[in-house]
Amino acid sequence: MKLLVCISNVPDTTTKVRFKDNNTLFDDNGVQWVINPWDELALTRAVELKDDSSSPVSEVHVINVGTAVTEPTLRKCLAIGADKAFRIDLDPKDSYSTAVQIAEFVKDKDYRFIINGISSGDYNGSSVGGMIAELTDLSSVSSVSNIRFENNEPILERDVASGKEYIATSGTTVLIVQKGFAIEPKIPNMRGIMTARSKPLEVIPSVDAEPLVEYIDFRLPEPKGKVKMIESDNLDELVRLLSTEAKVL
Amino acid sequence: MSVLVYVQNFGGKLKKQNFELASYASKIAEAMGTDVAGITIGEIDNEELQKLSKYGVSKLLKAGDPSFNTRINKIYTQIVEQAVEAAGADVVVFPNTNAGKAVAPRLSVRLKAGYVPGVTELPSSYDPFIVSKGVFTGKAFANVKVNTSVKIVSLMINTFGVFEKETDLVIEDFAPQIDTTGVTSKVIDKKLSKEGLSLFDADIVVSGGRGMKSPDNWKPLEELAEVLGAALACSRPVSDEGWRSHEEHVGQTGKIIAPNLYIAVGISGAIQHIAGVSGAKCIVALNNDSDAPIFQVADYGILDDAHKVLPKLVEAFREFKKE
Repeated sequence: MKLLVCISNVPDTTTKVRFKDNNTLFDDNGVQWVINPWDELALTRAVELKDDSSSPVSEVHVINVGTAVTEPTLRKCLAIGADKAFRIDLDPKDSYSTAVQIAEFVKDKDYRFIINGISSGDYNGSSVGGMIAELTDLSSVSSVSNIRFENNEPILERDVASGKEYIATSGTTVLIVQKGFAIEPKIPNMRGIMTARSKPLEVIPSVDAEPLVEYIDFRLPEPKGKVKMIESDNLDELVRLLSTEAKVL
Repeated sequence: MSVLVYVQNFGGKLKKQNFELASYASKIAEAMGTDVAGITIGEIDNEELQKLSKYGVSKLLKAGDPSFNTRINKIYTQIVEQAVEAAGADVVVFPNTNAGKAVAPRLSVRLKAGYVPGVTELPSSYDPFIVSKGVFTGKAFANVKVNTSVKIVSLMINTFGVFEKETDLVIEDFAPQIDTTGVTSKVIDKKLSKEGLSLFDADIVVSGGRGMKSPDNWKPLEELAEVLGAALACSRPVSDEGWRSHEEHVGQTGKIIAPNLYIAVGISGAIQHIAGVSGAKCIVALNNDSDAPIFQVADYGILDDAHKVLPKLVEAFREFKKE
């Protein structure tokens, strides 16, 4: 059983976000790029399943739509334990044009699951997974918070408003996964880092896809006012302020 | 021309977030000089649905067949697609919840309609259609232009507010044509969660961090939540340590929420945590470390030991609630 994990390359969470060219572009000067944290959880679980001899998962591939800048991130995925990486050579403009690339790629492949993290840390789209599924006419299961195997058949756990649902699937299925699928990301060990260098990273040309939306400019939030400190023996004052000043009680 | 709102069906009930979303759709419709139609899927009483008449919805398509009670993304997408057509909708409004995130991207592809997820305010322009959304997990906003004839947006719950607008609501039974080819997933079991306030729906959230020192110390936090009618949350180290369920983890990779009031107790406020609560309207921080970054994002702060202050805080709120 082969799994494909879609990887978004995003600025590290601690990045101080800045914009350039009259606030029309993200300023990536000095930015440390990382595996999107949700995709990292997806990959962690995929590799865990591959390493577990009782699961039928035999191979894990990763794919990214991006320029050569994203290759160190893909190498890190290989170091974590992916067997093969693909990079579709395009600087994507929106979720749709990204999804079209991956949909084209998976058309003639036999992945059991195409796994996406629920959101990406840059444009917070939560879209690519669902879009891949619709473009390829595949079933999608979203908000997946666990996967286990019973008699070699995968059972997915999905979070819904009323609790949990357990879902059986057949054939290639797109998964959109969230926390719980894995809890903590796997840190690559030295052996992983060494072997990652010789694992295959294939670059694939992109196909034409018109974006459906356009990011026209960016702004930072209004700076927050200074915190109002309240003495711990004057909590009635806090209650009063929350009620009359902040009006949140 | 109309605005179509996706009315998420919570097991036959509506929630406050439905009314917020209807209010949002209604304001868009007003600006565009048109009406709001809704689509709801699965069994739900008309009496419950009539509540939407208070929030500007004038027509509701009800795909009420019991076979639709459980969400299969591929099928729900077809239902909404046909509702868009039936209502002649130009703008489709989803909640940015699990349910919305499951269907909206699929619909975007199906209709070749530009989709802007996670909006927090009304469009700044309708022609061209431009709307602002959060990016970089709370650290910035982007203006996004949609160039397609149908536009899809999803609203971050709890960011817009509920606005009443009395309207005559007509509920129509809606029987979509469903193609089940390629539907390869099925729900085989369910587990209902304990009746409790969902973190996404709560106006007030009480949250504990590593500064609580031990899972045995959660009692006063639970009391505080009870007094305030609040939901409980925690920071990542707390859920990683197994002190609390990871369902309660708020922050990047956990839940991203926007309550009116967020009370952070013993939480230092790492940037990953703030990413989950930057939409909160008011943050109160209780921490014994004056250098904790939580004080840089908090509106009100108390510098002291959580265990000493919490019981007094519970009392202070209890007194207030009595009045």
